Amino acid sequence: MGADELVINMGPQHPSTHGVLRVKLKLDGERVIGSECVIGYLHRGVEKIAENRTYQQFAPYVDRMDYVAAVSSGLGYCEAVEKLLMVEAPPRARVIRTILTELQRIASHLLWLGTHALDIGALTPLFYCFREREEILKIFEKYCGARLTTHAFRIGGLQYEAYDTLEKDVERFCKDFESRIVEYETLLTQNRIWIGRTKGVGVLTAEDAIAFGVTGPVLRASGVKWDIRKAMPYAAYDQYKFEIPVGTTGDTYDRYLVRMEEMRQSRLICLQAIENIPSGPILAKVGKVLKPPPGEVYHAIEAPKGEIGYYIVSDGTVMPYRVHIRPPSFINLQAFDRMVRGHLVADVVAIIGTIDIVLGEVDR
Amino acid sequence: MMNAALQATLEFLKLYWAPLLCGVAVVAILPLVVGYIVLVERKIMADMQARLGPMRVGPHGLLQPIADAVKLLIKEDIIPENADKLVFWLAPVLSVGAGLLSLAGLAIGPAFQIAQDINIGILFVVGISALGIFGIVLGGWASNSHYSLMGALRSSAQLVSYETAAGMALVSALLFTGTLNIKSIVEAQSKEGIWFVLLAPVAFFTYLVASIAETNRAPFDLPEAESELVAGYMTEFSGFRWSLYFLAEYTNMIVVASVATTLFLGGWLRPFSGVPWLNFLDFVPPLLLSAIGAYCVLRMPKQPTRVQQLFMLAMAGLCFVVALVLAAPVVLPVIKPSLRAAVAPFYAGIHGGFWFIFKVSLYIYFFMWLRFTIPRYRFDQLMRLGWHFLIPLSIINVLLVGVALIAGAYFHLQGWGLLLVTTPAAVVALVAAFLILAVEKERDARQEQTAASDFYAG
Repeated sequence: MGADELVINMGPQHPSTHGVLRVKLKLDGERVIGSECVIGYLHRGVEKIAENRTYQQFAPYVDRMDYVAAVSSGLGYCEAVEKLLMVEAPPRARVIRTILTELQRIASHLLWLGTHALDIGALTPLFYCFREREEILKIFEKYCGARLTTHAFRIGGLQYEAYDTLEKDVERFCKDFESRIVEYETLLTQNRIWIGRTKGVGVLTAEDAIAFGVTGPVLRASGVKWDIRKAMPYAAYDQYKFEIPVGTTGDTYDRYLVRMEEMRQSRLICLQAIENIPSGPILAKVGKVLKPPPGEVYHAIEAPKGEIGYYIVSDGTVMPYRVHIRPPSFINLQAFDRMVRGHLVADVVAIIGTIDIVLGEVDR
Repeated sequence: MMNAALQATLEFLKLYWAPLLCGVAVVAILPLVVGYIVLVERKIMADMQARLGPMRVGPHGLLQPIADAVKLLIKEDIIPENADKLVFWLAPVLSVGAGLLSLAGLAIGPAFQIAQDINIGILFVVGISALGIFGIVLGGWASNSHYSLMGALRSSAQLVSYETAAGMALVSALLFTGTLNIKSIVEAQSKEGIWFVLLAPVAFFTYLVASIAETNRAPFDLPEAESELVAGYMTEFSGFRWSLYFLAEYTNMIVVASVATTLFLGGWLRPFSGVPWLNFLDFVPPLLLSAIGAYCVLRMPKQPTRVQQLFMLAMAGLCFVVALVLAAPVVLPVIKPSLRAAVAPFYAGIHGGFWFIFKVSLYIYFFMWLRFTIPRYRFDQLMRLGWHFLIPLSIINVLLVGVALIAGAYFHLQGWGLLLVTTPAAVVALVAAFLILAVEKERDARQEQTAASDFYAG
């Protein structure tokens, strides 16, 4: 380390490291010449816990990983175990799962937008985003009683039947939400300062993104059109029409635009889905005790933050032999160093925000 | 011997008792005023963010500042182990001292000025308030923390670069008056019958931007950028020391707003003070306060507890009393025309004070509005904006205003007639501004091309 290099510790108690991320920044003046992420402050050993719980018992634990997108994590786990059991959720359950997961995507993106804007210094969008997110959480609460760690789905389908006014609630939310997105965009999209702070910041080329294994909006903003909802449809996504927004340059501004468009598309998916919810059972015949045949399975879904994958090995007992989780936040965070190098301290927080990490998921 | 000393003391007091009293009053009252500015800021923020803001302490949170002050006072006083104790102790005092001292030069009305008639008035105010930066730099350095140091560095760099632009903007306005004396500046605006904001709009704009940067307010709040530097130079400060910095920041806001009001917005003058048929505007201040009082009375039954209802009534009473004070000098001459001359000084003092505070409030409101609306600049962008845009623009503007004034003198233009020459000058300045921006953009594009090629080379 030279005499004019400054090492500062950002976090784990820094206001904008989104939880307990600790970043060691090597600075030359205000310019970042190197960085190192120190993680693990929120490690709970989720994967190890899985080995000592039955398949059903472990389901609520996955909600605690990405706690701002619990529904999506739950969907991935349930579908993975269903694949292992070789059962399929009934059509009605699949459609309701799709609706709730898309609402969760909007909620997660709203939280991202609010905190990202706050990091860059815009105080107000946070409150507007939380206002809309509140509506979504209310729908979750009505559906399953919980707002954050919902545990909304069960292996084989759903535990709860959709409540009577679910369609109406979702429809009303989607109607309001259209103009609300426009509101956020008037505050930010054309704002000179916003553009100045995000354009050309944290550029990740398509080759780099693929090499790092980055997924989700971060990958798509780099121009790679990869979305598991289209590539390997799960739940009921093959029934709906939607676009996959992609960026061109892979900078922070592109990632912002991609996520904004994703919220619009999620809204469209919800509107399509509530139009025709098939009737029928909501839970496949899976039995009370789950004993999947010995074997292994990998199942991934497109969570708001990227590909969340579950690799489950069964030894034929009621408890999984091994569960490995591929959390999108953890893998996307690996590109952080490449993205911040050469930028200023102020850009570091913008880049942490734009990767959209949740430390509960990074550390597990 | 004894007698002579007493005599001298009395003589001294006679000359200085009013300023001394005012000084004590400022030091005693200002923290309260600042507390309430913070409350108003939080309420405005809440209004813009679709929520209510502080509502618990007192009706509509009216006692929140007092609760906050008590909390800050009784907090543990922490001085970090590795800090330079003396400097750490001195820095916030320096900051707040500079802020309070500069208030002395300001004239809130024709009669209210602590340091009466200093002939370098505006220079005194600007110079002393700029000293406050020492408190920030020393505090940041003495904390012995990286975040504090970076905040302090940013702050000093920012002040140095924006002080220049602000100074140039002040010069453009001073060209119209030819004096630095604050009272004479306002009187010049009264004589011309037009405020300098109309004669030198570009200078007002430059001063507006520069003053936001100088007071470290968003979007230029980089020295204390919460999301980047935790709290910048204030990171290691807590409790009362921290609140001194806070006090200094808001005092500085009042100072820059007052300077802008004095120079550009006609100081204590009523809008169109020279136009007799608009004299009914004098009724606006008492009516406004009566309306606020009436609103308080109306809202009173809605308060949940007895104490809050009484507090609301007290607020209403206060508003009515102030309204009465404001109304007296306007209404009395109407009832009894013979009293007009006797009432005139009271009218000037009381209504002058009202309009001055009103304008300062509007200016500060604008600060707050900006803060909640737009994101924060990055450090390099801020510097570029200062050095590459504001400073050239303000220098060009000084030249243009000078030329306009010469032309005005040549054609014997006065008052509103001056607009004939200053408006073209402003338009030319605007064109220059756009030219600067265009040049800047082109250079950026060129730089990007060269930078992109070797970005990942290292």
